[in-house]
Amino acid sequence: MNESVHLSKQFDEDLTGLRTHVLEMGGLVEAQARAAIHAYASGDTAAVKDIVENDYRVNGFEKIIDEETIHVVAKRQPTASDLRLVMGITKIVTDLERIGDEAKKIAKGARRVHEHGQLTLPRATDVRHVADEAIAMLHQALDSFARLDVVKAAEVIHADTKVDTEFKALVRQLITYMMEDPRTITTAIDIVWICRSVERIGDHAKNVAEHVIYIAEGRDIRHAGKEA
Amino acid sequence: MQQIENKEVPPLKAEARSLNFFYSEVQALKNINMPIYDKKVTALIGPSGCGKSTFLRSFNRMHDLYPGNRYEGEIRFFPDNTNLLSPEVDPIEVRMRVGMVFQKPNPFPKTIFENVAYGLRVRGEKNRRVLDDKVEHALKGAAIWNEVKDRLQDLAPNLSGGQQQRLCIARALATDPELLLFDEPTSALDPIATGAIEELVHELKQRVTILIVTHNMQQAARVSDYTAYMYLGEMIEFGKTDDIFIKPQDKRTEDYITGRLS
Ligand SMILES: Nc1ncnc2c1ncn2[C@@H]1O[C@H](COP(=O)(O)OP(=O)(O)OP(=O)(O)O)[C@@H](O)[C@H]1O
Ligand SMILES: [Mg+2]
Repeated sequence: MNESVHLSKQFDEDLTGLRTHVLEMGGLVEAQARAAIHAYASGDTAAVKDIVENDYRVNGFEKIIDEETIHVVAKRQPTASDLRLVMGITKIVTDLERIGDEAKKIAKGARRVHEHGQLTLPRATDVRHVADEAIAMLHQALDSFARLDVVKAAEVIHADTKVDTEFKALVRQLITYMMEDPRTITTAIDIVWICRSVERIGDHAKNVAEHVIYIAEGRDIRHAGKEA
Repeated sequence: MQQIENKEVPPLKAEARSLNFFYSEVQALKNINMPIYDKKVTALIGPSGCGKSTFLRSFNRMHDLYPGNRYEGEIRFFPDNTNLLSPEVDPIEVRMRVGMVFQKPNPFPKTIFENVAYGLRVRGEKNRRVLDDKVEHALKGAAIWNEVKDRLQDLAPNLSGGQQQRLCIARALATDPELLLFDEPTSALDPIATGAIEELVHELKQRVTILIVTHNMQQAARVSDYTAYMYLGEMIEFGKTDDIFIKPQDKRTEDYITGRLS
């Protein structure tokens, strides 16, 4: 990132404020995802209500950041690295908001599984393992945004393949349960949805990392395939 | 995708080659190499005093008007590959092919018609029909015909600032130049008149190559196909405008267009 200061101190402050809000939103979203997975893995569904209610805070951040972005564009007409930062932020915020939605879905799914379901079947530890990886991706993606560290961002992009593979393995495992004992179907489907949300969190974290590379280098590496 | 685009380089209209310029002892341009692509708009940007106007004026030999000024290097003009700076090339000839529009509209204290006809008369055109046709054509080209067609005998200085600037563009167009030089053409105009000139620049590039100096970054981004960033008499970076405004290669360009102190 360009470390020189702007002639306009106000412009510097606007951009710093924007970045801070993105990181705060990211922190909140990460905490939401962690809490949701914890609720599922531990069966402590008391937290679900809080997670669902906290989602409005995530949405609030999205609105604030969108508004701030529009103000910066209108007042400053950012160019070059400033332009890429502002454009990248609008995209990152969309991905973060979606991660928030997935966390909410996981929390609600956890409640269904634990309140009505058959706990003996699928192993929560396997799901937790993939979820930890997806959340680690998110954490690292946010870190790469904070420092505009493209090496770190590239690692996140690579990690996504692993999460995708493990997701597919989990689904195959759940399908096997369902075939052997149809009474598990309702719960197994809930768990498939949870796994699916975890996998989506990984995808969104990957998107965030791609936006970071765009901001830092002006390269659009989306849809570039494995060589990216 | 970027590479594919970079391959299709348009034909050259002109090219500065190892160009140096001296106001007597003061060197204002330092070893400038730069292409000017045919029927494209090239913007020159850079901080005050970096040599934008000096560079622009080299193209129509304006500096010849003052003794002590000195060029080194070449400005090649195509398709004929003439060196515009060669002492053998007549500056009057050059100014016929290279028109200039200044920062402040500067119509002569004559009628609207005579302002546009002036350059043609200087070149010996006396036929009234030809003059009428060419004046009308130029005024239409400068998007001011409809506003002045019924008052061609009015005095030009009575026009509004924006109209005067378009009249000056018509005057420059009258002799069918191949290259038009604009030195901050809208800095004295309001946003509406500015918009009209920018629109005009966009239309003019169908038939003429344009080199424009502007202090307005957004204007450079809006009107130009290529942008050159100058600093202390040097050409720091030249590239497609989209590339310069999204991902400049040189930190000095970046700092300038993002409004940073470097
Ligand atoms: N007639 C002159 N005699 C001596 N030095 C000159 C003359 N005209 C310009 N200069 C110097 O040459 C350098 C380039 O000037 P130039 O007018 O080309 O800059 P510019 O980029 O057009 O600046 P601005 O944005 O303020 O119009 C400056 O240092 C200026 O002081
Ligand atoms: Mg100047």
